Amino acid sequence: MIESFKRFRGTETYLTNDALEAAVNCALVLERPLLVKGEPGTGKTLLAEAIAEGLEMPLIRWHVKSTTRAQDGLYVYDTVQRLYDSRFGDGDVDDISRYIKKGPLGQSFAAEKRSVLLIDEIDKADLEFPNDLLHELDRMRFRIDETGEEVVAKDRPVVIITSNNEKELPDAFLRRCVFHFIDFPEPALMKRIVDVHHPEVDAALVEQALGVFYEIRGMRRLRKRPSTSELIDWIAVLRRSGVEDLKLDSQLPFLGALLKKEQDMVALADQLAGGSRWRS
Amino acid sequence: MSGVIVPFVYALRDRGVPVGMQEAINLAEVLRAGVHDSSLEGFYDVAKAVLIHSETHLDDFDQAFLEHFKGIEVEAKKLKSELLDWLADAKERIRELTPEEQALLEQYDLDELKKLFEERMNEQDERHDGGNRWIGTGGASPFGHSGAARPGVRVGGAGGNRSAVQVATERRYRSYRDDMTLDVRQMAVALRKLRALTREGAPDELDLEATIDETAKNAGELEIVIRPPRRPNTRVILLMDVGGSMDPYAHLMSRLFTAASKATHFKELRCLYFHNCVYGKVYEDARFSQPIRVRDLLADCGPHYKLIMVGDALMAPYELLQAGGSIDMSEEDRVEGIVWLMQLEDHFERTVWLNPEPQKYWHGNTIEYIRQVFEMYPLTVEGLGEAVKHLTKGKTARRAG
Repeated sequence: MIESFKRFRGTETYLTNDALEAAVNCALVLERPLLVKGEPGTGKTLLAEAIAEGLEMPLIRWHVKSTTRAQDGLYVYDTVQRLYDSRFGDGDVDDISRYIKKGPLGQSFAAEKRSVLLIDEIDKADLEFPNDLLHELDRMRFRIDETGEEVVAKDRPVVIITSNNEKELPDAFLRRCVFHFIDFPEPALMKRIVDVHHPEVDAALVEQALGVFYEIRGMRRLRKRPSTSELIDWIAVLRRSGVEDLKLDSQLPFLGALLKKEQDMVALADQLAGGSRWRS
Repeated sequence: MSGVIVPFVYALRDRGVPVGMQEAINLAEVLRAGVHDSSLEGFYDVAKAVLIHSETHLDDFDQAFLEHFKGIEVEAKKLKSELLDWLADAKERIRELTPEEQALLEQYDLDELKKLFEERMNEQDERHDGGNRWIGTGGASPFGHSGAARPGVRVGGAGGNRSAVQVATERRYRSYRDDMTLDVRQMAVALRKLRALTREGAPDELDLEATIDETAKNAGELEIVIRPPRRPNTRVILLMDVGGSMDPYAHLMSRLFTAASKATHFKELRCLYFHNCVYGKVYEDARFSQPIRVRDLLADCGPHYKLIMVGDALMAPYELLQAGGSIDMSEEDRVEGIVWLMQLEDHFERTVWLNPEPQKYWHGNTIEYIRQVFEMYPLTVEGLGEAVKHLTKGKTARRAG
């Protein structure tokens, strides 16, 4: 007895591997949140977009900030607007539900169609934030105290949660998630990724750019190693400016697209001046 | 479920990976849906996604997987049906149960599972030698610890629950506490309770109640009342012993330091250092290059600061009790170490001493003297929690907003 479900297979612009697909499909089957971790720039956020596209569902985003409270995701009661309306007589003040604004989580529960909910960078919020969401994510329902209305998800949304590991997430929260760690792409996969984004770029240039990129990434002295998104930006700049030949030397064009820290620029220049010893 | 999956789950547990019934059920459900495409590779990906919750355990998973499935010529389909058969029963029941009962089931079934598995192992020994190996390396398989599985799986899970199940698991909890040091999150959580909020600063928060009252008094003309937001009002001094006999606890100390400095709910946190015992000075850095006189510190910080001393409180008795006993010879003050400590304790309203030294060594040495001055708690999850409780008690309550 195999229950059928719509599988995620990646999209034309988002390349996956077996492990990632398996994790997404597990989350779909179990109807549990998928927690995605990995180096910045490995496409954690894009994954949610790809899932929404691949499964043809609307995407609802919730970007978490340090001040975000769990309640904000459910709903906000706009008391000031109601007070204002009561003073200036705009609309029906008795109807509290007019002043209840659903947050991203509330929207995804209330949606007619199954949706993809992205909770981006959950580690940015307060320590207790994930715990405050446990119940709502588990049951996929919550009550609006002001009106007594119960919001229940008809179709449990596909929840994608990303974390940059700035804070430890509580165990109780982790236990409820399917987990996937996005590895940094191998050169072969990276080439395919670049091809997807820049199909018309000369293969030789891509080859050279990748070589330089991985060599720079391999430098231990860098504080912030360039990631996929930076490589793609860099190649875009190279293409626009008509660079045809690349060599890793102090004349490397548009280095600012790859290295974002002053110290890293200095470190790279230093390394290059020191000859090729460091490459071994 | 028997055969391969359960021992694999146990192998993970033996490596300290927190997996339990919940994960096993999830795995069964995923396999039933056929996500693994009936291949061992697929099973690897699927199991990793469902069983593992943190990248720190990925390596454990890989090792366990290798050890476990090396040389096994089992069709993944078989894995699936085994897992399902075994779980069918447990799953039927789990739907209708309360969380407490589920927890009970978890206990019960895991034990039963283990029995089942052991039977299976015995069976196998008789049935075949060589050829297909069901389980790792027979006797030396990771499942060999036939006693209790490693405790500590339910860390941070269902807490504060007082059903019979919880009582039954109580023993596990305690042993976990004893041998496991605190991690940063646990410390941060404990320190959170030190929060006290007051309204201070620029008024920029709408006071809804007052606004409604004022508006009503104003015959319906809208009268907005705003108030200052609640801000943290706890000031903490963390005074840490470093060097010498404290070296073995350096990791623990740095975690406490991280937790305290990451905490956003203190209005002020001063981290200061001393060596061995406090004499005339304490230091702003762990290398003792920026001294502060204790008298200046006391003049600077009112009694409402909460003082947390951290140290093993172990020293030669004369270092504590004799005037000029400081091991730092440049110390001119001719006041006994214990007198300095008493001054500190006397000045602040709430003080506490956290000791990383196990409690059984708290007798027959200088710890005994210092305990007469400071309330002392062990630097464990439990101890830190109690220490924080002590710090928030009494006189401090009136300060809370």
